[in-house]
Amino acid sequence: MTEAVLPVAATRHRSLAPRRTGDRLWRLLLALLGLGVVLALFFVARELWELSRPSLRRFGLSFLSSTDWDPTSDAFGALPFAVGTLWTTAIALLLAAPVGLGGAIFLAEMAPPRLRAVLRFPIELLAAIPSVVYGLWGLFVVAPLLRAGLEPRLGALGLSIFEGPPVGVGILCAGLVLAVMVLPTLVSLSIDVLVAVPRSQREGLYALGATRWEAIRLGVLPTARPGLFGAGMLALGRALGETMAVTMVIGNSPELPRSLFATGATLSSVIANELTEAVSPLHQAALAELGLVLLGGTLAVSAVGRLLVRRTLA
Amino acid sequence: MRRRLADRTFTLACGLAVAVALVPLASLLWLLLARGLPVLGWGFLTGLPKPVGEAGGGIGNGLLGSALILALASALGLPVGIGAGLYLAEAGERPLAKAVRFVAEVLGGVPSIVLGLAVYALLVRPMHRFSALAGAVALALVMLPTLARATEEALRLVPRDLREASLALGASEWRSGLLVVARTAAGGIATGVCLALARAAGETAPLLFTALGNQFWNLRPDQPTASLPVQIFTYAISPYPDWQRQAWGAALVLLLLVGLLNLIARFATRSRLGAGAAR
Repeated sequence: MTEAVLPVAATRHRSLAPRRTGDRLWRLLLALLGLGVVLALFFVARELWELSRPSLRRFGLSFLSSTDWDPTSDAFGALPFAVGTLWTTAIALLLAAPVGLGGAIFLAEMAPPRLRAVLRFPIELLAAIPSVVYGLWGLFVVAPLLRAGLEPRLGALGLSIFEGPPVGVGILCAGLVLAVMVLPTLVSLSIDVLVAVPRSQREGLYALGATRWEAIRLGVLPTARPGLFGAGMLALGRALGETMAVTMVIGNSPELPRSLFATGATLSSVIANELTEAVSPLHQAALAELGLVLLGGTLAVSAVGRLLVRRTLA
Repeated sequence: MRRRLADRTFTLACGLAVAVALVPLASLLWLLLARGLPVLGWGFLTGLPKPVGEAGGGIGNGLLGSALILALASALGLPVGIGAGLYLAEAGERPLAKAVRFVAEVLGGVPSIVLGLAVYALLVRPMHRFSALAGAVALALVMLPTLARATEEALRLVPRDLREASLALGASEWRSGLLVVARTAAGGIATGVCLALARAAGETAPLLFTALGNQFWNLRPDQPTASLPVQIFTYAISPYPDWQRQAWGAALVLLLLVGLLNLIARFATRSRLGAGAAR
């Protein structure tokens, strides 16, 4: 008899099916709220798609390759902004990567625990500062420094990427401010990745007589590489979409930048600048399509970055 | 000898990197204090902006507008964000939960200007009106990922025994989930709420074409509404020295607010969950 009863109870338990109506509703409610997050992303993509319809229909793929951007004659092309975004993010990552990685190695591998705790706080504080405050700082501190000091000196080198009058605001200024802004992301994630590398890999090398630099280079960095790369990707994602600070220091001209001193615009900065003044539906649609390009780019970059970081941490 | 030298050089370079990383922070904080403090005052915090040319004026309507938009955003975002976190913690590693977790992370990586653009298309265009409500929807989207993630992490720190004890006593699943597990994790969830608020409070881009801005006081959710970050932006890029001066003051106020929210976030976790974990 008992044999007949037990399996029934066991299956019921194993299936974990909620028995009471309240529990069923509770599970349903939570699942719906979870799905709400998925729906949110879906709606964002759909709304952008809908808004950009006129532009998608009219320009097709040529939107991506055209350099004309002239709202008064209904000419819209994304290339100047795509190039502006790529230039500024490239400068930001080139400047921030060595500083971020070096800083992370110092904090994770070298600094005594107390110093690490003391130093990590201000670096995380950098991440909490709103973008518009960085923009203010960039506009009134970084740009004048560039105009008076750095740009004339770089211009004297005679390289074609450093051509043009030193106006301060422009591609280089935006790249510099972005570098500061992505630094905390880079440092925090890199520290997480480095700390996740097993101690034994360092100790093995120390036992063989390695110096600290050799232990890090041979024992830590190879294992950490995918995760560090992922941290870079996430920083890249942040730089690609950053809007306010860039809008304030890039000069906002819808032209293909000829040098690093030139003013320009990025995908995000032109949207911020023009949407409220865009009266024609086509202009709005073109801006929305820029948003779509931006969304696609950041989604791809951050998805890859997350997967890489997660694989190393797991 | 050469190996020792390489080691020293490397250590020095890494230490230098930390120093370099701290220079912008020092410069930023110093200037905010030096240029922002002289602007602060009762009139600045409670007054309306004055037209160009007239000296003085304040950011009172921006502060009030930010509070209004954030309150509306919380009303929309907190239930969904915290609920999604509860779901993720309960559902664990099921395929749907994994998908939701991934989407939440990815949503956190979507540029906030894109969120603003989507809300513009969803609400502002059909209603033919910029409004505090539209701004709130955009900020709620900004808050969702932070909320979901922080809530899930806080709930996962609650010992399983606690939940099982509650179930063993005959409490239903939702009672155990809400009154035992979520309650124990309340400190951690509060931390998430503060962090999400701190992030949303500083966001400018999603408000530019949703809440827009306003020169006057406004408490109606269906009207264009001023906000502190947008005011900073407008003042900073204006050609008027007096407005630029006020931008520094407003930026200092914004940073203090954001810093305060971050401090509360740390405090909330330490006091409650810290005690819970030690027990």
